[in-house]
Amino acid sequence: METQPVGEVLANSEDRRAGASGKITVTIRIRRFNPELRGQESWWDEFTIDTDPDDRLLDALHQVKWYQDGTLALRRSCAHGVCGSDAMLINGQNRLACKVIVKDVAPKVTVEPIRGLPVLKDLIVDMEPFFAGYEAMLPYLINDEGEPRRERLQSPEERHRFDDTTKCILCAACTTSCPIFWGDDEYVGPAAIVNAHRFIYDSRDRGGRERLQMLGERTGVFRCRTTFNCTEACPRGIEVTKAIQDVKRSILFDRF
Amino acid sequence: MLLETLVHDIVIVGGGAAGLRAAIAAAEVSDRLSIALVSKVYPMRSHTVSAEGGAAAAMAADDSTELHAFDTIRGSDWLADQDAVEAFVAEAPDEIVRLEHWGCPWSREPDGTIAVRAFGGMSVNRTVFAADKTGFHLLHTLFQTSLKYEGIVRYDEFFVTRLLVEEGRCSGVAAMDLRDSEVRCIAGKAVILCTGGAGRIFPFTTNGAINTGDGMALAYRAGVPLKDMEFVQYHPTGLPGTGILMTEASRGEGGYLFNNQGRRFLEDYIPSKMELGPRDILSRAIIQEFEKGHGFDGPDGQYVHLDISHLGEETIDEKLFFLRELARNFIGIDPVHEPIPVRPVVHYMMGGVDTDLLGRTRLAGLHAAGETACVSMNGANRLGSNSLTECLVFGARVGRQAAEEALEAAEPSENPLAELAEVEQDRLVQTYLADRDGERIATIRKDLQTAMERGAGVFRTEESLKTAVEEVRGLRERYESVAIDDRDRAFNTELVTALELDNMLDVAEAVVRSGLERRESRGSHTRRDHPDRDDERYLRHSLAFSTPEGAKIDYIDATITQWPPAERTY
Repeated sequence: METQPVGEVLANSEDRRAGASGKITVTIRIRRFNPELRGQESWWDEFTIDTDPDDRLLDALHQVKWYQDGTLALRRSCAHGVCGSDAMLINGQNRLACKVIVKDVAPKVTVEPIRGLPVLKDLIVDMEPFFAGYEAMLPYLINDEGEPRRERLQSPEERHRFDDTTKCILCAACTTSCPIFWGDDEYVGPAAIVNAHRFIYDSRDRGGRERLQMLGERTGVFRCRTTFNCTEACPRGIEVTKAIQDVKRSILFDRF
Repeated sequence: MLLETLVHDIVIVGGGAAGLRAAIAAAEVSDRLSIALVSKVYPMRSHTVSAEGGAAAAMAADDSTELHAFDTIRGSDWLADQDAVEAFVAEAPDEIVRLEHWGCPWSREPDGTIAVRAFGGMSVNRTVFAADKTGFHLLHTLFQTSLKYEGIVRYDEFFVTRLLVEEGRCSGVAAMDLRDSEVRCIAGKAVILCTGGAGRIFPFTTNGAINTGDGMALAYRAGVPLKDMEFVQYHPTGLPGTGILMTEASRGEGGYLFNNQGRRFLEDYIPSKMELGPRDILSRAIIQEFEKGHGFDGPDGQYVHLDISHLGEETIDEKLFFLRELARNFIGIDPVHEPIPVRPVVHYMMGGVDTDLLGRTRLAGLHAAGETACVSMNGANRLGSNSLTECLVFGARVGRQAAEEALEAAEPSENPLAELAEVEQDRLVQTYLADRDGERIATIRKDLQTAMERGAGVFRTEESLKTAVEEVRGLRERYESVAIDDRDRAFNTELVTALELDNMLDVAEAVVRSGLERRESRGSHTRRDHPDRDDERYLRHSLAFSTPEGAKIDYIDATITQWPPAERTY
């Protein structure tokens, strides 16, 4: 027993689970992969847990990992949808596990790794090909006109023009939902185009022409068949397909 | 056969704002330098990404560096080192402009200049921002800019488990590649720790799962003291349950806090500042409201209301878009129409690895910056929006300093380092990957968090801290028999978690020991049994040293330059 006086006790989500009030039972079906255990074959495991209906799916996966099977491998960091670590295929859709609320997918949910990138273990995929596409777009401000002593001026309207594509968290949900990307490993994919867009339409940047030239090539924007999978998959609500269309138009009319 | 040694000039541990800023600063000193950036997550996943409100710098026409310094020192309850604060405020505006030149999408005034907003404890508007995802944009801008430098070599998803110290000098790190769990020896003439905070030692925190105090523990075990660890910042407005941060910008833009009587209760505590008071005072006020029964009752304990509905949908969507998204997504409340339930939540460690103004520690070759470090510019309480700028100013300083040292120093000798790394590899395999039964990580960690919350929360006593010291000691013993399920080499994330818990236990011990020894109330450290500030005994920084008997506490004087200690009034 604790002695008095002590500091205050704050509630937390694990205590809340233990509190037994209003819990629901959820079955999580997870596609597993482990090159050291069963070679290149994946398999399914099912876990059943009691959880708070308002918990995140990420909390539920943690509960499995901490109390049932410590070998379950996944990436996560911020747990509120801004670091981009935990994109997964959840009930057939690319989503962030930390933005899915358990009650919205209960009583049974299926979790798989995102598609189109090599699986390394369970829900962890090889992100290197994805980042290679991103880095190929020169995703940094290019301006060789010399740095003024103060900030470069930019009106709120100019700032607004590329606002949507600044929101990309590099989670790969868009790129790994794109059927063209699955079938053509040279296509840079929607996330790379979004990040090119972010700089092409920034009034301070001078590298737009170079990026547009790259995106006009075979591996670039004209691979896109406008299926809108990327827009639907984006957990940040970026209008990805629209951004791709902006870039297509700029290439065709040489104007940006 | 010895492990291969990966030789660089500088090794940076951590890829958040401080680490990336340090890497760029070092690369700018000389393109001959090879800079290793070692991070357990891809850099853009670092916790900087979660910072919302903004970054402080005296940019506006009605502002001055003197005023920024005074606000910071008063906010720190006079424990900040004033020479550190002077360096910070002087270099802050240039860092903000530099980030602009690198493309940071700062929010703008109608005339095209960088906009500023109000923040707690700041006497004028001086917080620059990028909507309410400032940390996200700042981190991505730094990451993007780092891609331009060929000298920066990234080791993404490498977990550093030990500093390699040879002949009294830190000359590298042992780092486990998460892809295959092999330990690599990464050597450098200078090592910089930028691993962020340790909020995860508490159960209820804004901090992401990765904030486990790794750099603090690495330095502590290498004999470097941890400074001012008793000072833990509670942010007044987190969501109950998840701890998700409701940015201080919500109050900067004009949001109110109400108790269950429908009153803006802060008029009883800090009427001159109200919702724009500093975080320590507001967090205490909210807990005191709970004790009076003036909180609302919820499934996760008591809370108060944060109301921004009067700001209107347009302002909310322009300035607080992310806050609205978070509230809607995680608790199903739209703040345009309804108040948000909030409560104090662990947010930031004022303390950290003891460094000087150039980021140097007492161990030759070892440096630190950002939340991992304690320069100290935050003293007993940090002002909101000073920490992002701290990462920039002191990240740049330590990067330049390490570059100068690396250009002058001799090459580290590879063989002894590789041997040290090999010893580390053997330790990990024998301790964690051998077949054995024992206790799960999760139960030890949960008990640690509970002990910290009970013993070292917003209000503390001799008794609560003594109990916590005992409990943490007991948990350290239980940790000796920790066992994990996962024996794999590929992405053994359970092994990482076990090593993180090891780090958390060390950091937690430093926190409760330092707290027990500081028998006064100052800034965030509030002792019910010692309610007053005691400058005669404690206008000093605590230093926690690791010893076989546990943390030993010593003190050094705080540096006072222009602002003599005064009563902290608002």
